[in-house]
Amino acid sequence: MPPVIEAIDLVKYFPIYGGLFGRKVEYLKAVDSVSLAIHPGETLGLVGESGCGKTTVGYLLLNLLQCDRGQVLHHGVDITRLRGNALRKVRRNLQIVFQDPQSSLDPRMLIKKTVGYPLEVNGLARGSEVVSRVKRILAEVGLDEDHMYRYPHEFSGGQRQRIGIARALITGPEFIVFDEPTSALDVSVQAQILNLIKELQARHGYSYLFISHNLSVVRHVSHRIAVMYLGTIVEAAPRAALFERPRHPYTRALLASVPEPNPQRRHVLGVLSGDVPSPVNVPTGCRFHPRCAEAMEKCRSVAPVSLEVAPGHSVACHLYGPSESDGGTRRQR
Amino acid sequence: MAEPLLSIRNLSVQFFTYQGVVRALEGIDLMIQRGEILGLVGETGCGKSVLARSILRLVPDPPGKITQGEIRFKGEDILRVNGKRLREIRGNEISMIFQEPMSSLNPVFTIGNQMAEVVILHQRVKRDRARAICLEMLSQVKMPDPDRVLSKYPHELSGGMKQRAMIAMELSCRPALLIADEPTTALDVTVQGQVLTILDDLVRRIGASVLFISHDLGVIAQLCDRVSVMYAGRVVETAPVEALFARPRHPYTVGLLQAIPSMHEERDSLMTIPGVVPRLIDPPPGCRFAPRCAKRFEPCDRVVPPLSEVETGHAVACHLYPGAPEDATRKSVGAGEDG
Repeated sequence: MPPVIEAIDLVKYFPIYGGLFGRKVEYLKAVDSVSLAIHPGETLGLVGESGCGKTTVGYLLLNLLQCDRGQVLHHGVDITRLRGNALRKVRRNLQIVFQDPQSSLDPRMLIKKTVGYPLEVNGLARGSEVVSRVKRILAEVGLDEDHMYRYPHEFSGGQRQRIGIARALITGPEFIVFDEPTSALDVSVQAQILNLIKELQARHGYSYLFISHNLSVVRHVSHRIAVMYLGTIVEAAPRAALFERPRHPYTRALLASVPEPNPQRRHVLGVLSGDVPSPVNVPTGCRFHPRCAEAMEKCRSVAPVSLEVAPGHSVACHLYGPSESDGGTRRQR
Repeated sequence: MAEPLLSIRNLSVQFFTYQGVVRALEGIDLMIQRGEILGLVGETGCGKSVLARSILRLVPDPPGKITQGEIRFKGEDILRVNGKRLREIRGNEISMIFQEPMSSLNPVFTIGNQMAEVVILHQRVKRDRARAICLEMLSQVKMPDPDRVLSKYPHELSGGMKQRAMIAMELSCRPALLIADEPTTALDVTVQGQVLTILDDLVRRIGASVLFISHDLGVIAQLCDRVSVMYAGRVVETAPVEALFARPRHPYTVGLLQAIPSMHEERDSLMTIPGVVPRLIDPPPGCRFAPRCAKRFEPCDRVVPPLSEVETGHAVACHLYPGAPEDATRKSVGAGEDG
């Protein structure tokens, strides 16, 4: 089946202004050559630590940010070049739910207005039709009809996130980006929202990009998972393969750092030393090499390309590269 | 058993606001032994941080007020000591690490300056000696290049380094008790791993007790010796960490453990706890968890269940468990009046 959304070599550098006349002095390399594809009814989980570019990828896929290079294909049409009406038509099908349910809802708008607004903007419905569709969507996300006439401050965090989801769903999208939808919520409420997100997908066949830093949450909701480090995807695999046979040293370290809620299985948590380097001064070669326990000579100079090591499982690491002329020495180390 | 380092008995804290009296903590019983790490878990607003702050009398008054109870630290009731003694305890015998290292370090002083101040104040040493102590502490928290870090300002350090500097500062006077209020919540998971490993090593080495507050059950499971679970201003369960995770008794603890997605298996849906946390202005009269509890029965809406031992070291505040099989039975039934 062709993907609903596909990114090809996306690049986004943010200029940093400085100096005497406010010239561009440096670039923050937020996203560097990211490719991914999401198929109908599928959830792709995107994990990584703060500042690795997860959210920027989400925004680029929706054209909320302009990419510097690369393409975003929605059913084969490149949406990065679309403007005005054409873009608005596409955006009905591409929606987003933000991280912080507090700041992503207008405190002075009734819920009816907030949730119904996408319909009006897109000219999909008006008047009583809007009201009845808002009612229907609120019921679908587990809220009551009379919640329509309330303001965001009257709701709990979990309920606000349900409102955010209702707003994203009302235009009947195919693809939704969830940007850390539960990181501001407590575990018991998080479980409710995760269940809702999965139920909605089972019912309507939505495709999701699920961005999170929480690995167990990502495992729970995703079919496939991509791991990001400093603006690049280092490993992508079906969820079971990623958790059971992680290949990239970063993925392995990330998985080992997660404290398990089981006192019988205590493990060393501080497996990775150092901090994530700044995305302004990206290390040469493999971006992970300064922190990698298995770094080799080659890692310092040559950036590894992503290769498929098993069906659907790709890794960007020299440990798994094709044997070349100098490959023999590498294996021994 | 030896006298505990800290024992809190029947502690209640209320906040007097325009909306009404918020009963933030009610009848808290808690104790920490020497050299142990006690975890305190609970969801947002359950009173974890208020409890931590009450121990150092840091609850702002007004609007907050400690309305009853006692907090005995080495036999001395902290709630009744005078200002001078309190200043000796704070930062020296009991110290505290907060969640957000950026907001607990002063941005206009160097790390060395802030660290040395603590040492000079409490240990009455000269500046050179203080500097040496600071260097030693920074290298103990595995700070790269401790010499240079001393002359840096907080904004020049990463989140993980700031939190390590905080740990170094708080442990520089070798306190008997360290209160850590969500110390790794703001950090990334790989950095959290580093910080927790360092914290664990260092407190075990200097023999300090820790009250470790977190909402992350994974962190609690990895680090703590015993755990207390809080819900809506009360302690609902206290147990050794293995017992709590293997045999949770309180329906809230059970629900909380089942709500975490697993790293090892795939489930279609997660167990959830229906409803929301009650408002503490008008909490339910009986068990505060009763309105959300699937196992609710007659006394729950009426009678507050006391915290009583069901096996050695494992105490639960729930009417499902009316006291221990043998000796402790009397204690709980007296207040329970079930039947």
